[in-house]
Amino acid sequence: MYSMKKNWWKALSVVLLLYVAVAGLLMPVPRLAILNETIRNLYFHVPMWFGMTFVLLASVYYSVRYLRNPTPELDIQAHESARTGILMGFVGLATGSIWAKYTWGAWWTNDPKLNGAAIAMLIYGAYLVLRSSFTDEQQRARISAIYNIFAFATAMPLFYILPRLTDSLHPGAGGNPAFAKYDLDSNMRLVFYPAVIGWTLLAFWLAQLASRVSLLKLKLYEKQLA
Amino acid sequence: MKNSLRKLRPVAALLLAFLLPVLHAAAQPANQPEMADTLRQSGKIYVVVAVITVVLAGLLFFLISLDRRLTRLEKEIQE
Repeated sequence: MYSMKKNWWKALSVVLLLYVAVAGLLMPVPRLAILNETIRNLYFHVPMWFGMTFVLLASVYYSVRYLRNPTPELDIQAHESARTGILMGFVGLATGSIWAKYTWGAWWTNDPKLNGAAIAMLIYGAYLVLRSSFTDEQQRARISAIYNIFAFATAMPLFYILPRLTDSLHPGAGGNPAFAKYDLDSNMRLVFYPAVIGWTLLAFWLAQLASRVSLLKLKLYEKQLA
Repeated sequence: MKNSLRKLRPVAALLLAFLLPVLHAAAQPANQPEMADTLRQSGKIYVVVAVITVVLAGLLFFLISLDRRLTRLEKEIQE
């Protein structure tokens, strides 16, 4: 049976996301020039990056475990987590681009935060290309596990460290104090933190569903061979 | 003296009645950042919230049923 003991976090994700959809539009936000009502994008754009980071971290965890104990299950979990993270990242880029158009006046600027994120996404794109270039399953699993660890170690500074060392338009980079100033607005915190938790849990849910489908496929294949 | 003060009271009240709305307007200058205040006042914002909630609830419900179907399939394969 479908056990709530194992799946309570999925229910939590559903509740939080529904709350964020309602409170995200209705709760008061600070009146700021240029941003105006678009400040509410904070509840949807930023959690994409949080979800991406955590699910990619989980992917690295599975890759490390794979290298210590090579099983097809761990390879599948690492791969599907990475794919989910890449999806979240691209949604993050797309939503950021839309937001930039209506606040900065351009779909894309040569901003260190934006270019850093784009390069990091390309690094992860290469992970998918690398995976598809092997015919031997064990070789594919082993080499992509190693690449995955290096990809995470390269991508995270591009997202969170390098943009802070230079000037940037993007909040949370250069001299910009992120949304800390607005986060201090306790009304926004009431929505922002649940949004981060809700969207991150959804990312893990999607990764789990994708992994289970791949695992089923593998088991079916093994049964057909037997 | 007391009488003249009492006579001035309605005048002061009238002055206040004229001044207060002006002060109120001054407290909210016209060049304040524009927000979707009309959308909220008319209550139409609730229509948007309702539609988004229904769409999101539908997608999440689909996800739950997908999860359950997978659980059943997993049990079938195990047997």
